[in-house]
Amino acid sequence: MEEKDILIALREAFPGVVLETEMSFEIPVIRIRASALPAVAAFLKAEPRAFTMLLDATCVDFPDRPERFEMVYHLFSLAGNTRIRIKAGLPAELPEIGSLASLWKNANWLEREIFDMFGVRFSGHPDLRRLLMYDGFEGHPLRKDYPLRKRQPLFVKREAL
Amino acid sequence: MTGNFITTRFDAMLSWGRKFSLFHYPYVTACCGMEYMSTACAHYDIDRFGAGMTRFSPRQADMLLVVGTITQKLAPVLKTVYDQMTEPKWVIAFGACTVSGGIYDNYAVVQGIDEIIPVDIYIPGCPPRPETVLDGLLKLQEKIKTEGQDWRWKKKTS
Repeated sequence: MEEKDILIALREAFPGVVLETEMSFEIPVIRIRASALPAVAAFLKAEPRAFTMLLDATCVDFPDRPERFEMVYHLFSLAGNTRIRIKAGLPAELPEIGSLASLWKNANWLEREIFDMFGVRFSGHPDLRRLLMYDGFEGHPLRKDYPLRKRQPLFVKREAL
Repeated sequence: MTGNFITTRFDAMLSWGRKFSLFHYPYVTACCGMEYMSTACAHYDIDRFGAGMTRFSPRQADMLLVVGTITQKLAPVLKTVYDQMTEPKWVIAFGACTVSGGIYDNYAVVQGIDEIIPVDIYIPGCPPRPETVLDGLLKLQEKIKTEGQDWRWKKKTS
C-alpha cells in the first residue's frame, strides 16, 4: 500500500480526527486528536495496512504550546515495508491518553517510560509504574521545567560507619 | 640459631599477607569494564600484584572494584553488595563515574559512590588506562601496608 493511500484512507475512516497530514522524509505523518488514538492505532494495525510493529513511542515537551505534550508513535509494516508516524497533542493539566499496550506488547514499557519521564498517564494500561527512576522519586525529569541541577535524596544514604 | 627464624611485627606480617592476596569482586556496569578486562587479563595481568583471584560472590571477596556508572536506582544494590563482603574489605572507585558521577551530572546518576559506601582508592579517567588501574592497586597495597590491621575482624572504625 502506498503511503499516500494510507493518509487518504485515514482521512476517510476518521473524519474530524485527523487534523493534519504531511510527508516528512518519505514517511507519512499524521496529527490526530488524542482521544482517537487507540481507534486509529487499531485501524492501522489491522489488515490491509498491517502496521504490526510499534517501533517507538515517545513524548516531547513544548512548554509554550497550549497542547504542551506531544505524543509521537512510530509504526512499521513488515508486509508493506512502510512506516507511519502518529502525533497527538496533550494538555499541560492532567495529560492522559489511551494505552496501546493491548495492541502492541512493547507499548507496555514504552508507556511506563513516558509516564516516568513526562508524567503522561495512560488509561487502560495494565501496570502503570515508574520504569527507570526509583519509587519515591518526585516529579518527571524530562519535563522542561524540571530543574537541571535538581538532586533528590538518595534511596539509600551511607550510614555512619 | 643463625638463619632459622626471622623477627617481625605481627601487624606488618598480616598486612604483607593481605596486600598480596586481594580477592576482588568486579562490580561492572559500564564501559570501564573493557579497561577492567584489559587490566585483569594477560596483557597487563593484575595477578602480578597478587590481585588475580576474581570472586563472583561478594562474600568471598575483600576488594570491591566498582567499575562504571552507578545510577540512583542501582545504589541500594551496590550498598547490599558492600554489606555482604566480610571484613577486612577495601573499595576502589574505578573511573570518573564512580569517583564523581563523571559526565553524567544529572538526575539519575549517583554523584560519586562515596555517597553510598566508603571508598579507599579513587582511580580517575574516562575510562582509566590499565596502567592507571595498576597504579591505583599499588596505592591500595601501600595503604594496606601502612594502615593498622585489625586482626580480630572488628568493624572498621574509620
